[in-house]
Amino acid sequence: MVATRYETAFKLYPYERVAAQAGSVHRHPVVIIGGGPVGLALALDLGKRGTPALVLDDHEGAGLGSKAICFAKRTLDIATRLGAGQAIVEKGVVWNVGKVFHGESKVFEFNLLPEEGHRNPAFINLQQPYVEKFFFEAIQAAQDNGAPIEIRGCNEVTSATPHDGYVTVDVDTPDGPYTLEANWAVACDGARSATRDLLGLSFDGRVFEDNFLIADVKMKADFPTERWFWFEPPFEGAGQSALLHKQPDDVWRIDFQLGWDIDREKELQVERIRARVDAMLSSQGGRVPDYELEWTSIYTFQCRRMKTFRHDRVLFAGDSAHQVSPFGARGANSGVQDADNLGWKLDLVHKGIASDALLDSYATEREFGADENILNSSRATDFMTPKSEISKVFRDAVLEMAARAPFAQPLVNSGRLSVPCTYDGFALFGEDDLNGPISTRPGAACPDAPVGNGYLLDHLTGGFTLLVLGDDAPEQVNIDDIEAHVIHLRDIAPELAERYLGDADHAVYLIRPDQHIVARWHDFDAEAVAQAIRIAIGEDT
Amino acid sequence: MTLMLEPNIIDSDGFYQELLGAHEGMSKDESDAYNARLILTLANHIGDRAVLRAALEVAK
Repeated sequence: MVATRYETAFKLYPYERVAAQAGSVHRHPVVIIGGGPVGLALALDLGKRGTPALVLDDHEGAGLGSKAICFAKRTLDIATRLGAGQAIVEKGVVWNVGKVFHGESKVFEFNLLPEEGHRNPAFINLQQPYVEKFFFEAIQAAQDNGAPIEIRGCNEVTSATPHDGYVTVDVDTPDGPYTLEANWAVACDGARSATRDLLGLSFDGRVFEDNFLIADVKMKADFPTERWFWFEPPFEGAGQSALLHKQPDDVWRIDFQLGWDIDREKELQVERIRARVDAMLSSQGGRVPDYELEWTSIYTFQCRRMKTFRHDRVLFAGDSAHQVSPFGARGANSGVQDADNLGWKLDLVHKGIASDALLDSYATEREFGADENILNSSRATDFMTPKSEISKVFRDAVLEMAARAPFAQPLVNSGRLSVPCTYDGFALFGEDDLNGPISTRPGAACPDAPVGNGYLLDHLTGGFTLLVLGDDAPEQVNIDDIEAHVIHLRDIAPELAERYLGDADHAVYLIRPDQHIVARWHDFDAEAVAQAIRIAIGEDT
Repeated sequence: MTLMLEPNIIDSDGFYQELLGAHEGMSKDESDAYNARLILTLANHIGDRAVLRAALEVAK
């Protein structure tokens, strides 16, 4: 029997008995354990490249409840490449303004002032189940075009046993257990990863001693679509900090930092939660609007990661590999970047174009990404919950000064919002022979820019790309079994020039399938490009 | 730039009196908070991370 661990918001892939449950054991190129945003994005990426992906999930759809709500531009850009971006952005709430309060007084406000010339906004708020649903719908569309993706709901992995060259996976279903084999298994099964436990792998890090009460509240309120954050909120029982942020469907996320020594059961009583929410809402609108509690929970959090994300033929992605505090929206956003990093590499290895050493770069690059996220979210947590008397003195001094002098505003830390990491100095990146803008140096994710009636990222569809701005371009680039798609632009919009040329009047960029820049030059040189492609797939020895 | 450790304040006695005078009438907590605001303000004025790091070390 497969246990129900949570309620399902959307039933997407109901259990169906498949022939493989009886008879001989089938071998699959890639088995993905867990159908959350990370597993679905990876399956979609692999399937669109023609590498078969089987997703096993122990439920039948997207879990209900309060999970990721804030999705950053990089995630939206990845989702757009995979065909799910438009639905996600259309349903999401776009926000730009944040206000920071200390007690009664407003310390300052910020405006993300999104740069012009990007297809996607800087951030949207959207409940995670919707994101999973839209990824699933993109998978269905891809399947209709022949993408070899299969999702089996109510298939619970009960053991994963590594062998030389493959992994045996035991699966339980409502019709009983069966066994399958995988050349590669990717565990996308969340912070409590059963796969990690089955393999006896550790997950070490720092536990923060604090409890946060989340209340998702449904109401018709005319509060603006802004992120409001309070240090030492002035309303009754709010704890050390509080957050109010809008989601779609008239739902508002409210977060109260309650401290460590609390009675969890008592604090989860509806009347106690309502008293807190009433106090917060009436402090803003002068009265308590009608509202329903959609979802409530209390959580503590940890910042930790696995020592390495690759264990031979088992790879870990998303929360199964790393966990951060929620401040900065670095959980789901970094997980989708894991999938983005792994998809093309696994595809090349499966097809025999690159050796499996390429997968080591998945681990080193994304471990670096996880460390960056853990660093940022630990710093935010230390600011929000000062750990000593003197750290509180400095924290309060920062808040007081921020209200009077702009210099202190950057020190205020209620979460540093997720941005893609730049793989400076990593092995798979090549030369920077352009002296161009720093934001497009090798290792960086490509920033978007207008091209014709659309955008640059629309042209970076999943293979290697040679982007030639001005100057002369080759007809095509074929190195070993890699064909780099050539994008030659002569008509260059100002934003594109600013982001990719700087002072140069022409440039050549080699871009990876995950839209990270490998190398850049002034002029096209066939030998240099060939060399950079070999570096990028780990074949330059 | 390196951290200045030679005398650099004209009328140092006058400055010292002003510094103590600023704390006059404050409780210990108020003084601690004031010192923190002062450190942050001065640190921002200096800006240079290497100088700040040297100062953090020299004051230990």
